[in-house]
Amino acid sequence: MVVAEVLGDGSALDAGNTAWMLVSASLVLLMTPGLAFFYGGMVRSKSVLNMMMMSFGAMAVIGVVYVLWGWSMSYGSSVGGLFGNPVEQFGLKGIFESTPDGYVYAMSEGLPVIVDVGFQVTFAIITVALISGAIADRVKFGTWLVFTGLWVTLSYFPMAHMVWGGGLLSGDGPFASIAEPIDFAGGTVVHINAGAAALVLALVVGKRKGFGSEPMRPHNLPFVMLGAALLWFGWFGFNAGSAYGATGDAGLAWVNTTTATAAAIIGWLATEKIRDGHATSLGAASGVVAGLVAITPAAGSLSPLGSIILGVVAGVLSALAVGLKYKWGYDDSLDVVGVHLVAGLWGTVGIGFLATETGLFYGGGVNQLVVQVIIALVAVAFSLVVTAVIALALKATLGWRVSEDAEVGGIDLAVHGETAYETIQQGSVIKEVRA
Amino acid sequence: MKLVTGIIQPHRLDDVKSALEAAGVRGMTVSEASGYGRQKGHTEVYRGAEYTVDLVPKVRIEVLVDDADSTVVTDVIVKAAQTGKIGDGKVWTVPVDDVARVRTGEHGPGAL
Repeated sequence: MVVAEVLGDGSALDAGNTAWMLVSASLVLLMTPGLAFFYGGMVRSKSVLNMMMMSFGAMAVIGVVYVLWGWSMSYGSSVGGLFGNPVEQFGLKGIFESTPDGYVYAMSEGLPVIVDVGFQVTFAIITVALISGAIADRVKFGTWLVFTGLWVTLSYFPMAHMVWGGGLLSGDGPFASIAEPIDFAGGTVVHINAGAAALVLALVVGKRKGFGSEPMRPHNLPFVMLGAALLWFGWFGFNAGSAYGATGDAGLAWVNTTTATAAAIIGWLATEKIRDGHATSLGAASGVVAGLVAITPAAGSLSPLGSIILGVVAGVLSALAVGLKYKWGYDDSLDVVGVHLVAGLWGTVGIGFLATETGLFYGGGVNQLVVQVIIALVAVAFSLVVTAVIALALKATLGWRVSEDAEVGGIDLAVHGETAYETIQQGSVIKEVRA
Repeated sequence: MKLVTGIIQPHRLDDVKSALEAAGVRGMTVSEASGYGRQKGHTEVYRGAEYTVDLVPKVRIEVLVDDADSTVVTDVIVKAAQTGKIGDGKVWTVPVDDVARVRTGEHGPGAL
């Protein structure tokens, strides 16, 4: 088995950890259809299919792109600390080899690397899908698909490399001399990255027709709650899976994830009750996501008590932030900025206060806080610039918007040739069966 | 013949239906409706955005009756639908020129 020595670290298979990582990967994949329901319920009934299709479109494009150059750009040999060499492991070269005795897999600390590929691709998919909430009801499906491929390549893979692949923002980067940056499961790579991109897209694509004047209330709140529940469930793979094993660390991440999320629901609902008079179901579902986002980077370095503080603050901050789009006049339709960017920033920076080893509140001084602020700001700046370039290039070429008629009449019918609901029998007959 | 139409609170429908049956009315048409009178609508808040919902859900109940019965039927509906609060609805009566029973083709009061 000469090949096995060439591939990876040659460690023996740890079946328990590998089983947990396969389950985790599957859980994280479920988050994207969950997100489709979360977002789909929040739009009007005439555009629910398009909203859900944007998530499924992200699954389609990135599921393919990831094995081609995504893995290699994230975890290949570093090019200037910014991204991995896309050619080096193109098509998962070197991850496994075919031999006359069967396949041989590269190993990394007891885990076949191919399992890590499966785990990572699901993160890339959900990150891009998150952005779609900012541009609901009005975007050409083809332009969206092209965007997903470009953005994951130019923004997500480099960020994953910088933070997790030994790049600029990792423990091997220049800032580690102050303190080792902490991003357990993707506060910078996933949520700040997607949230900043959402802000850019909302600005470049422009407002929905009638934004701020016509009612655009969620058409199916039970969908929103179903989606939030699926996201929460899938997030156990996201956070507890990021412990990379069936370990106590995974258990701590699981408990922190649930605790922070519960606290964020309370924070969001209390804010609503005081300001608007009612604790709403949409607020509870939104609080779930705000809490999950905030605990994502922090799940491995906080105590459950710290998670309560992190979560409740996330719920309050995001509940207050979602109204800003009306004040500032940008149509981030489903509040990707207010939830993912705001809670992602808070979670990443909050580590500097609440980390049990290095946090300010635990006597760890300010170094961790400084590093967390730095990596958060670098992530925001990187995503803003890269997304602006992609978004403006697409605006000048393919164009982002569907026609006004299509938008007003409903993008589901105009773009997909379908409607989600048959409200009254419309007397349709089968005209032709294509086989 | 008269057509008695009532717009009532949805949660009063069962009582109105029972009262009409007790009063000898053998058929009616019920449909969902939306609208407002002095009650106006209400407000709903979604993620900090306040919506005024003008049109509130109502039930429309329609009964075809003989001229002589219209006042009684109107009173039965009013009594059964009443809660005393704003938004209870309206009941009105209009003359009907002709009625035909689809099954037999007969016209006039006999088709009621």
